[in-house]
Amino acid sequence: MDFLDRFAVPNPGPTIYASMVAIALTTIAIIIGLTYFKKWGYLWREWLTTVDHKRIGIMYLISAILMLFRGGVDAIMMRAQTAVPDNTLLGAQEYNEIFTTHGVVMIIFMAMAFIMALMNFVIPLQIGTRDVAFPRLNALSYWLYFAGAMLFNISFVVGGSPDSGWSSYFPLAGTDFSESVGTNYYMIALQISGIGTLITGINFITTILKMRAPGMSLMKMPMFTWSALITNLIIVFAFPVLTVALAMGTMDRLFATNFFTTENGGMDMLWANLFWVWGHPEVYILILPAFGIYSEIISTFARRNLYGYKSMVYSMIAISLLSFLVWVHHFFTMGQGALVNSIFSITTMAIAVPTGIKIFNWLFTLRKGSIVLTTPMLYSLGFIPIFTIGGVTGVMLGMASADYQYHNTMFLVAHFHLVIIPGVVFAMIAGLFYWWPKMFGFMLNERLGKWSFWFIAISVCLTFFPMFISGLDGQARRMYTYSESTGFGVWNMISFIGAIGLAIGFALIVYNIYYSVRYSPRNIPADPWNARSLEWATATPVPDYNFAILPEVKSTEAFWDSKIYGDKLFNKRIEPIHMPNNSGMPFIMGIIFFIWGFAFVFGLWILLVLSTIGIGICLALRSYEKDEGYYIPVDEIERVEKTGGKKK
Amino acid sequence: MKVDKSLPLEYGTEQNRLNILGFWVFIGAEIALFGTLFASYFTLINRTGNGPAGAEIFEIAPVMIETILLLTSSFTIGLAIHAMRMGKVKATITFFIITLLLGLGFLGIEIYDFIVFIHEGATLQTSGFTAILFLILGTHGAHVLVGIFWGIFIISQLFKHGLTPRTNNKAFIFSLYWHFLDVVWIFIFSFIFMKGML
Amino acid sequence: MKLKTSFLIGMFIVVMVLTGCEPLLVLDPKGPQGRTTANVIMISIWTMAIVVIVVFAMYFYIVRKYLASRQSKDYVPPYIEGSVKLEIIWTAIPILIVAFLSVVTVISTYKVESVPEGYEEEPLVIYASSSNWKWHFSYPEQDIETVNYLFIPTNRPIEFKLYSFGPISSFWIPQLGGQKYAMADMVNTLNLAADVPGEYSGRNANFTGEGFAQQTFNVTAMSPKEFDKWIRDIKSTAETLTEEKFDELLQPGHLGQSTYKGTHLEFSPPPENHHSKEPLKDNQEEIKNQKIIKDDLSNDEDHSNMKH
Ligand code: HEM
Ligand SMILES: [Cu+2]
Ligand SMILES: [Cu+2]
Repeated sequence: MDFLDRFAVPNPGPTIYASMVAIALTTIAIIIGLTYFKKWGYLWREWLTTVDHKRIGIMYLISAILMLFRGGVDAIMMRAQTAVPDNTLLGAQEYNEIFTTHGVVMIIFMAMAFIMALMNFVIPLQIGTRDVAFPRLNALSYWLYFAGAMLFNISFVVGGSPDSGWSSYFPLAGTDFSESVGTNYYMIALQISGIGTLITGINFITTILKMRAPGMSLMKMPMFTWSALITNLIIVFAFPVLTVALAMGTMDRLFATNFFTTENGGMDMLWANLFWVWGHPEVYILILPAFGIYSEIISTFARRNLYGYKSMVYSMIAISLLSFLVWVHHFFTMGQGALVNSIFSITTMAIAVPTGIKIFNWLFTLRKGSIVLTTPMLYSLGFIPIFTIGGVTGVMLGMASADYQYHNTMFLVAHFHLVIIPGVVFAMIAGLFYWWPKMFGFMLNERLGKWSFWFIAISVCLTFFPMFISGLDGQARRMYTYSESTGFGVWNMISFIGAIGLAIGFALIVYNIYYSVRYSPRNIPADPWNARSLEWATATPVPDYNFAILPEVKSTEAFWDSKIYGDKLFNKRIEPIHMPNNSGMPFIMGIIFFIWGFAFVFGLWILLVLSTIGIGICLALRSYEKDEGYYIPVDEIERVEKTGGKKK
Repeated sequence: MKVDKSLPLEYGTEQNRLNILGFWVFIGAEIALFGTLFASYFTLINRTGNGPAGAEIFEIAPVMIETILLLTSSFTIGLAIHAMRMGKVKATITFFIITLLLGLGFLGIEIYDFIVFIHEGATLQTSGFTAILFLILGTHGAHVLVGIFWGIFIISQLFKHGLTPRTNNKAFIFSLYWHFLDVVWIFIFSFIFMKGML
Repeated sequence: MKLKTSFLIGMFIVVMVLTGCEPLLVLDPKGPQGRTTANVIMISIWTMAIVVIVVFAMYFYIVRKYLASRQSKDYVPPYIEGSVKLEIIWTAIPILIVAFLSVVTVISTYKVESVPEGYEEEPLVIYASSSNWKWHFSYPEQDIETVNYLFIPTNRPIEFKLYSFGPISSFWIPQLGGQKYAMADMVNTLNLAADVPGEYSGRNANFTGEGFAQQTFNVTAMSPKEFDKWIRDIKSTAETLTEEKFDELLQPGHLGQSTYKGTHLEFSPPPENHHSKEPLKDNQEEIKNQKIIKDDLSNDEDHSNMKH
């Protein structure tokens, strides 16, 4: 019994029991459903073992949407708890766990996954190639992400959730003050999915640098591809910092080392530094692909080429470099003195310059355009003003002396939500609507899409603007309650109402997906939006091999030019196409990594050693494996091409 | 697979070229990893708590031997690649084996070094300084260990298949990895041990 | 456009609140440091308001004018590469704005980091240390200590020495000035001053776990005369702070306010030699005692011996 006790949740409440039941029911339902419809084989063959970037992208997409709802439920609970003063809906401990998991889930498991989803699906198509450089590793990336996400999410019902904030500052996150295994989950789950992210980074850099269609020089790449390249470079240099920090944190918690403790020479400030040396670039890992998506969508629906292509590229490069030089702005108040703070204030505010350049370039892309208000375009147009407000408040936060007053308050919370939601979340929804027809062969409903936009755009403002005010009135962040006399009540109530509006908006998107699956017409053209880049040059649904003939490119908007000026994209003859084989190995490694992580969290050392050996064996098998892939013969390709991409 | 005859075998196919570039990017990430470890080391270097400082536990002899072993192994892996380019399987395998043995020797002495540290009261738990010292040495050592296993896989494949675009590609990438570990060690040697003993 | 209306309403609310009759704490400073930051904040709000207005104006103008639904059917958008002149303009102007704000930032940051200008008097040194989830204020000069409340004389610079017996905390009195961290392995200095007598609220702003929300304290600023009288009163009424008593105070939980003769600084010196190799023995002991004891949140009030 003692052995099992460790898996119990320390402070079980109704929410936790409810989720246990919900998880059990969902699992059973999935298993029964798969068995009943005899879909196990299909699931295994077509999805779990796939190495196709398109399918991996779709799996990321589904995971990201699930995580959006996990994080969203957390958010609604928090806003409900703080909606009125002295509320007792949630206890302090519950609230702390919820805001911690909200932050981690939203940033690491939702936003990152969404970005990965769109990069995976779009980038190889957009650069006119057949897959990524390392398809098998790509699948491994996904399954590592998935293992990390699952591990993190079971913490709620097995052993207890982390409760020291998504930034997990030590010594609070150390064993002295966080006794439950919650923070172990944080350390290990982030580590596992972080390795997956790093592998993606390596994979996409190689893909983009080496596999572009003939003629597509770097300066002819579509803007989303550019943003992905830069993002992945940031990943490769930022994520190892997180790896090290998490390793140290894990050792402090499990092996009683003194990296971040308050005794024996440990240094709590080292964690804060390492965390933000990764953490600030991380927010740009999220926003740069979003910028890329907006560039694509705005130029498509303004029916114009992207204004200032070169300066868009250079400003992204500038942002990526600066993003490594500003981390101290997350703790101006740590006492490093006026000089250090002044320097980091200046680097921080400097980021506003390239960001501003991008905003003006988008505005001038719209100018003289012919703006079509589709759903993706609405989200992109909504992004510009709201993000501007988020951005200028970032500049305000960057002023060290003033930040002494904003830091750790609702003002900060308002800032980062007003950059992340219009910046990242809008981009993801816009991208979802935009590329959906390419992914699934039908369009999402425009009417419902527009409704969701208005709900979400207005609700974001309603939710987060009041926080500027309550922050300036002294409301600290991460407080589970406050007293009536503070006067924060009104602002938090408005915020709660906004949060409900956001929930409705997201529910509308899900309903839209359901509705469109049922009613949307399937006979859509391959290029339904009249778009400009190569992903629209192939059939819908996209055949396994993407392009029967690799396109040849002469300009940044090759596909557009082929439509308008009749440039020929496909000039070669069809030849047999080499394809990689599916493999169950990445999935199996994901499972072993999950077990490995679980063993680590609970200090089950024998299991840990066994699963480590298991991972070693997988790697060895991979090294010995002779997998040359297979060729699709020409006649098969021709048959597929005739049927417009459909198999068989 | 199309093989481009004008290039060395390890660059011969498209996939081979991708592998090599991908590995260089991976080394970029490794540089960031060790860079972070070094930065943390210098942050914690004086955080010795009740435990010893570097100067009190570092010993010159084992470190010198480790350095010589690893530098030599870097040289022998270079010879292995040279032999590989000339198409000599036997020599390639021999130099690979020598490289791995030298690596093994390095690990042995490193473990001895660790035991000495622990005897002198510098355990993993002693202080912030000892924690980062063990972490940085341990991370490097673990890389060497992984390299030894990996090297064994490659040797057995060289035995089985000889010099093919696939095996050559693996061997070449392994050599990049091994050189990189050597470079990291030179940094450890100069900035941790030499600087610490002065 | 709905967006525009909601933005205007938003701006309206902001203006109402900023200028309304009940000003926001941070914008209602009662001391020189707070005034400096409030000024910086207002400067930045106005500067940023100009940026926002310009961007919004351009945005709404362009989006309205170039809507496809307002154009003739055969309008074909032109191909435009870009314009070096415009690029230079929208790079240079932001640089100027950032440069202006940088100057403001550097000057004001140095200002709030040092003893407030024009305050000649010797600063009053107060050690403010946090423990889960309360604040201990030690007045070494006066040799007294309070828990969860602070009395300070007006028009005299106060030098807070901040450290923590546990997680990183952030000491914050919004109306007197910005916050600074209190950490276990070093002492941070925060220079504040009050020039208006009154009662202000203070709190820990950095999340420290379960009892964080209630980790607040009261600040009373009074004339130096009254302050001296308050000291004398305490000397004659309060009990002496013993080591046992202090250990009891450090137990995790909430306490009311209390007052003692003597300070804990004698038997539990602060970690002042920052980054030194000396083990901070006494402080360490206390930190161990701080380890979380769950369900300890209930023992309110019963420790308090003197309420003011
Ligand atoms: C103009 C550009 C920006 C500037 C100048 C800026 C500035 C800042 C500053 C100074 C802080 C720290 C404030 C404090 O802790 O007191 C901060 C926090 C934050 N920013 Fe930004 N920011 C910018 C853009 C962004 C973007 C684009 C994102 C994300 C996509 C972002 C996400 C965040 C997050 C998540 C935090 C809070 C982290 C936490 O403490 O939990 N920021 N920003
Ligand atoms: Cu930042
Ligand atoms: Cu320090």
